[in-house]
Amino acid sequence: MSEIVTTTHPTDPLLRAERLPHIWCPGCGIGSVTACYMSALAESGLPLDQCVVVSGIGCTGRVAGYVNLDSFHTTHGRAIAFATGVKLANPRLQVTVFSGDGDLFAIGGNHFLHAVRRNTDLLVVCVNNFNYAMTGGQAGPTTPRHSFTTTTPRGATDQPFNLQHLAAALGVVYSARWTALHLRQLKTSFSQALQLHGFRFVEVLSPCPVGFGKANDLGEGIEEMEFYRAQGVVDRRISPAEALIEMSKSTPLPLGVFVDPERQGNGQAGPAKGADGVVGR
Amino acid sequence: MTVRQAHQERVRTGDHFINGDVACAEGALAAGCGLFAGYPITPSTEIAEHLARRLPEVGGTFVQMEDELGSMAAVLGASWAGARAMTATSGPGFSLMQENIGWGVLTETPCVVVDVQRPGPSTGLPTQTSQSDVMQAKWGSHGDYEPVAYAPASPQEMFDLTVLAFNTADRLRIPVFIMADEAVGHITERVRIPAAEALPSSSRPRPTDAPGNGFLPFKAGPGLVPPMAHAGEGYHIHITGLTHTERGYPTNSAEVHDRLVRRLSDKVLRRADELTLVERVWLDDAQVAVVAYGGTARSARQAVRIARERGVRAGLLRLITLWPFPGAAIAQLGLQTRLVVAESNLGQVAREAERYTAGQVYRVTHAGGHLLPPEPILEAILERA
Repeated sequence: MSEIVTTTHPTDPLLRAERLPHIWCPGCGIGSVTACYMSALAESGLPLDQCVVVSGIGCTGRVAGYVNLDSFHTTHGRAIAFATGVKLANPRLQVTVFSGDGDLFAIGGNHFLHAVRRNTDLLVVCVNNFNYAMTGGQAGPTTPRHSFTTTTPRGATDQPFNLQHLAAALGVVYSARWTALHLRQLKTSFSQALQLHGFRFVEVLSPCPVGFGKANDLGEGIEEMEFYRAQGVVDRRISPAEALIEMSKSTPLPLGVFVDPERQGNGQAGPAKGADGVVGR
Repeated sequence: MTVRQAHQERVRTGDHFINGDVACAEGALAAGCGLFAGYPITPSTEIAEHLARRLPEVGGTFVQMEDELGSMAAVLGASWAGARAMTATSGPGFSLMQENIGWGVLTETPCVVVDVQRPGPSTGLPTQTSQSDVMQAKWGSHGDYEPVAYAPASPQEMFDLTVLAFNTADRLRIPVFIMADEAVGHITERVRIPAAEALPSSSRPRPTDAPGNGFLPFKAGPGLVPPMAHAGEGYHIHITGLTHTERGYPTNSAEVHDRLVRRLSDKVLRRADELTLVERVWLDDAQVAVVAYGGTARSARQAVRIARERGVRAGLLRLITLWPFPGAAIAQLGLQTRLVVAESNLGQVAREAERYTAGQVYRVTHAGGHLLPPEPILEAILERA
């Protein structure tokens, strides 16, 4: 091979190349997750002109600004409600919500509950970096106990959400958790979720070295990736209720697909059914 | 894909004996509303109830959201998916909608928000009447913007102004408010619904170029209203509540921000003459003019009628548009007559009216809870005559 430099990247047509470089910090995983999603979308066979991304506010909220699709950067916490309006007004659209843990589960938590209750036909992707990163590293609804953030200077005391348990208990059609390291598995989950109907949820753990990693001995992004590799466990015997994230070097980090139409029982509620009783496609 | 078929008529042409809330819902149907997202709240609930039954019959969608934050967000999303979309609420819900109303202003999202007012602050008097959200309609969301708000005074106007609100919203690409009050929402009267082809209609400006030709979603022509491409049409629009360029991309430029916010205000203010609707009753020879709107205008009309019977040359300026404020009409009237403003709040329009008049404006106010009766208005007319 004499030529290894190319002028275009395979994902260029999928992203708004004129807006790059993006605003995310070195070591952040959101960019990888975005590219992974777009690759899965491109391979899904879905017409890209009919695909919509809706984001809320925060670092992951900026995903809408980089995907080369019809994309909406809405208000803080309201991405799912906005996406509900898009989907209901034009059911032909494939609508994905892309946002962060704070946006989706603190200020916007109620919309998640009710969108699942309605089994709204949405794919919701949560990049979970355990803190409010855009505002400089405050504690959020998934901050593990004892973690240090700028608003928990003595360590977080509140119980964090286990998002897989929450999603499973509410009755989503599909729920998976991966990390920004596990891009191949993540892409498979995106592909699976894109082929299903009803409320689908994908959680992706991402390093946030600036907002969370450094203060919690996770180091730079590359070191947190190493942490994911060392601690990550895919074991289908782990129920969603047991899939706590402690971000400690002495406990496993449960990953995998926790809910899908083929897999019922195992401690979680069954997948939600549509009004016609049909699960998935 | 969901296939929806209409099996009922959208426009129920004919005479009906219905309350204002139902008339508003019928106005939305007649205007082609495709989606209603709402949350129950007195005294607006009948609008949601009526549309829950009627919208699916005509191929539309009704969704009851988990709160007013979500209702307003869903309305905005539906609008970008191409639907005419609406919500209805009352003061507490209107408060919760304000942040997303601001998003609608900045992203130029056409939609209609109906506020059937009840007395506040807070939960106030949930089942009673008020006009105390007038200033909230103007200033409720943060930042500078110029809203359009109508104040219906009858079930007939609940119908007519809802149709107009959809047209104004689409034409200017703005959220438009129907500032109704409980009295008008719940009073039952004859409403005449015209033939579908006789209804006024205007639509959103739309792109003329096919996708892929460098469409700029926020580039406005001389009319200051940019063409609107919807999700799913191939334009790959990016829409953000951040200050954005003509391409729709975020920017930190103070100059772009100033230019954008001025255009958003100017597209409304430059049309103030055509947008500000008033009704003039016996004003030609009036010595005293009552300024009133909504339910209170009904009492004001009666007070003026009695004053005339007693030989006092009184008249009524009924404000149909509250925002942009009909300041020119009031300024002109202030030169010829003594002004009395009657309203079910502690002087929200009166204070605005004073900005357009040299003299003091006499106020007849009540914080709300009952419809302001004709007597105190008549008293004020007689004192000023």
